[in-house]
Amino acid sequence: MGGRSRASGSLDLNTNVSGYTVTAKTSDGLQGYLESFKKLGNGRGGPEWLRPLREAAMARTVELGFPTARHEDWKYTNLSALVKKPFSPTAAGAEIAEADLAPFVFRGRESARLVYVNGRYVPELSDSCSQPGGVIACSLADSLKFNRELVELHLAKHADYENDFFSALNTAFIEDGAFVYVPGGAVVEKPIHIIYVATRTEAPIVTQPRNLIIVGDSADVGIVEEYVSMGGEEYFSNVVSEVVAGENAVVEHYRVERESMKAFNVGTVRVQQARNSNVACHGAFLGGGLVRNNVHLVLAGEGAECLINGLFMTAGRQHVDNFMRVEHASPHCDSRQFYNGILDDRSSGVFSGRIVVLEDAQKTDAKQTNRNLLLSDEATVDSKPQLEIYADDVKCTHGATIGQLDDDAIFYLRARGISEEMARTLLLFGFAAENLERMRLSYIRTYVEDLIKDKMPQGRVLRKLG
Amino acid sequence: MLQIKNLHASVEDKEILKGLDLTIHAGEVHSIMGPNGSGKSTLAAVLAGRDGYEVEGQVLYRGVDLLEMAPEERACEGVFLAFQYPVEIPGVGSIQFMTAALNAIRKERGEEELDVLESLKLLKEKLKMLHMDSSFLERSVNTGFSGGEKKKNEILQMAVLEPALAILDETDSGLDIDALRVVADGVNALRSPDRAFLVITHYQRLLNYIVPDYVHVLVDGRIVRSGDKELALHLEEYGYAWAGDREPVGAST
Repeated sequence: MGGRSRASGSLDLNTNVSGYTVTAKTSDGLQGYLESFKKLGNGRGGPEWLRPLREAAMARTVELGFPTARHEDWKYTNLSALVKKPFSPTAAGAEIAEADLAPFVFRGRESARLVYVNGRYVPELSDSCSQPGGVIACSLADSLKFNRELVELHLAKHADYENDFFSALNTAFIEDGAFVYVPGGAVVEKPIHIIYVATRTEAPIVTQPRNLIIVGDSADVGIVEEYVSMGGEEYFSNVVSEVVAGENAVVEHYRVERESMKAFNVGTVRVQQARNSNVACHGAFLGGGLVRNNVHLVLAGEGAECLINGLFMTAGRQHVDNFMRVEHASPHCDSRQFYNGILDDRSSGVFSGRIVVLEDAQKTDAKQTNRNLLLSDEATVDSKPQLEIYADDVKCTHGATIGQLDDDAIFYLRARGISEEMARTLLLFGFAAENLERMRLSYIRTYVEDLIKDKMPQGRVLRKLG
Repeated sequence: MLQIKNLHASVEDKEILKGLDLTIHAGEVHSIMGPNGSGKSTLAAVLAGRDGYEVEGQVLYRGVDLLEMAPEERACEGVFLAFQYPVEIPGVGSIQFMTAALNAIRKERGEEELDVLESLKLLKEKLKMLHMDSSFLERSVNTGFSGGEKKKNEILQMAVLEPALAILDETDSGLDIDALRVVADGVNALRSPDRAFLVITHYQRLLNYIVPDYVHVLVDGRIVRSGDKELALHLEEYGYAWAGDREPVGAST
């Protein structure tokens, strides 16, 4: 891994975009991005110190090129529709009013809310906070101005733009996103809610939100990242979130995907964990046409603990590719992965779970399970556990199942008077409940639970059952 | 209430029920006893509407062809099966499940649906009546229950759903004496002139607690003997071989 050398210095990004010395193959689909990059002054927007980073990332983007099925990590996801589609850079689209957001707001239960429309931060719809010495939740663009030291210390220090194409692409276009800073010892009781809304635009657009979440030693916070379509149909979001958890910090991170069935979404959550920190990455993937969900945690400090807990529900022709990577880099760390999929119609899903245990990471305890329910004969799922273990005193287990709803259970419910459709709905919900129960923030759990119920045939009846 | 005439049932070309006749009137408790493999559980499954059986013959329930009805229709019309092996359903709360079942049946009866709080109240009343503790309302349906708890849960469901015809499929098997009492007390509490029971059991022991009006002996897919509770005692003493040795006798009364 990572055998290629950095080439940024050798490329003159200022001269001429078409003068890039790249092969025809790697530049496939990149022309539009290169032109956008040029329009942005070749990475010169914003603070000067960002420029070398953007340049290096753009160079790396070009070198890496869009991944193809030949790439081991992209074996089950065909990106050709994304590569071929021209996307305009972030553009203003239809506006939304505060009332439109009402269903997405946990009124009185958020400590801050950051709202982005087509990738742009909208202060009028947001409720940011930035007390000096206190918790900060604001746009990344603002933080670049006012919290430079903090940002510079962590931005792009964790996401792997050297080897991951989409992280590189996002880094080249770093402009805005969310910035969260929780100082050491602070306990943020209500979660911080980050909402990315896509509205109707003249042409399909691409947005590159970049989130940076820094949680100090012994601090405790919940973060909800939500991706929704409100009129937006076909567009591409390439998101990178870096989460830095300090010593003994507790972080509960949620990603809720509920975009249009034509949307492309590549989301990468990269978590860096210090000693004794405890991080949960929850996911509810209900929308999106082609979704790649990367979750990459590094247990860097001794005694760190993480939970990856997610549910994906697909229908129609949706494709959701969940790519998990947990790196045990220190001794006595625990990791748990529970990912469940419910796939209907002609939809497809992927679960790749890689656990890497480095040489020093003795007494690692890693567990991974992936369970999938196929509701139609045409739905498919690929499940691929991968263990890479370089230490000798470790406990690693993994298991995957693919099956249908249990006929005995359906009969049991029907024998109590429950209709077949309702019986199926109850069982589906029961399957999902396993993931829901692991979500610690109760009203986020309820919120996600209702979204899941709404996706089920008898969801309305199910909601009445509490 | 129930008239079974010349009932045949087979699974994958293997005939299990070979012409079974049985009539049950409202208010009666019938017990079917028989050795393993005699077709007891097949009879219960066929009456409840489980898939996978090829069925011939006639079953009239309150004058209507039961075999034509979907399992949920049978339940809504008042047929209840206490499962020999109740199914664990992780993630589905017992209250959710019971409320869904209760409302499906109430709707069929033309009664108001209950909200979760109302149904919880009803569940708690029934638990009290059965001297059961309420801890399993907080758990997923049958999930992680002991064998005895599962059987008690079947009786709770029966008490809540108040069926007209309750079929108990080896509900007593494997129960300790305390659990057996709960099961028997539940059945006895529900005995009424409008309700009938078909108690399928392998052991005579249960019938010390639930005194049947009729006892039938099922051997090799047919009822070979019928009598009153004395027949059960006789079986206990002489075994099923004794019953099977005799020529099949006319089934029920």
